[in-house]
Amino acid sequence: MMPEISLNVLDVAENSIRAEASLVQILVTVDLEGNRLEIQIKDDGKGMTEEQMAKVTDPFFTTRTTRKVGLGIPFFKLAAEATGGSFQIESRVGEGTDVTTVFQLDHIDRMPLGDINSTIHTLIVYNPQTDFLYRYTYGQESFDLDTRQMKEILGGVPLDAPEVSAYIKEYLDENKLETDGGAIV
Amino acid sequence: MKSLEELNAIRNKVKGRVGLRSEDENQTRVVVGMATCGIAAGARPVLNAMAKLVADKELENVAVVQTGCIGMCRYEPIVEILEPGKEKVTYVHMTAEKAEEIVDQHLVKGNPVVKYTLGAAEK
Repeated sequence: MMPEISLNVLDVAENSIRAEASLVQILVTVDLEGNRLEIQIKDDGKGMTEEQMAKVTDPFFTTRTTRKVGLGIPFFKLAAEATGGSFQIESRVGEGTDVTTVFQLDHIDRMPLGDINSTIHTLIVYNPQTDFLYRYTYGQESFDLDTRQMKEILGGVPLDAPEVSAYIKEYLDENKLETDGGAIV
Repeated sequence: MKSLEELNAIRNKVKGRVGLRSEDENQTRVVVGMATCGIAAGARPVLNAMAKLVADKELENVAVVQTGCIGMCRYEPIVEILEPGKEKVTYVHMTAEKAEEIVDQHLVKGNPVVKYTLGAAEK
């Protein structure tokens, strides 16, 4: 298992990049009234066949050739279901894949969300060819980070230039703090 | 809220310098395994520590990149250092602390830290 949910997000979003997605949308929603933490990872990558979909939650299935087990999706599913939450995956060949998990927010077995900003920062900076739309919602507040907007302003300056990388981390840290007031999710 | 305005200033400052870091055959590559096995074992802080150290020390000729599963999951987090004209060095069971030592000794001074390598772990 992963020690924090943000590492599941990093792991599952890496699948989108391997699926050659051009846009990956990551929506993290802390629904205080509904007592839910919802995480949606949606890509426009190459998608999965029905045969792959049938096996995707099977830990003894993977498309990799370097090893025989594939634990990323099973870990994410188990972490959500252990809280009485849910896991849903939809995929179509040529259209993309959409993974939605719901955790019961106050459940004793819910892992902490953890350092979600590091996950988003790592995804953006190490995959500059992929665009990301990240939305963090806490109660009534929210903020967005859209790399398409950033690239438009930056012209040809890459997202992995050290100054830009540092700016992206600050953008995430400052805006998350303003959105949730520093709450530990 | 932090605005996108600041990016304009960053663009103007960085624009002239871009291209200096372009990939070439003399570049050293630091490759961090970031599949499920690596991530679960703690690769994210290792990757971030490596990148930060390389940026802080202004090692212009070093690129920190990620890869998938290398196939030796029990040794994760794994970092491979590929220097042109030299044999690949594979560091295993990596941590952010080891990263500091490896950047200083291996990337700056050119002496691989043998005690953290796969060869030492297999003995």
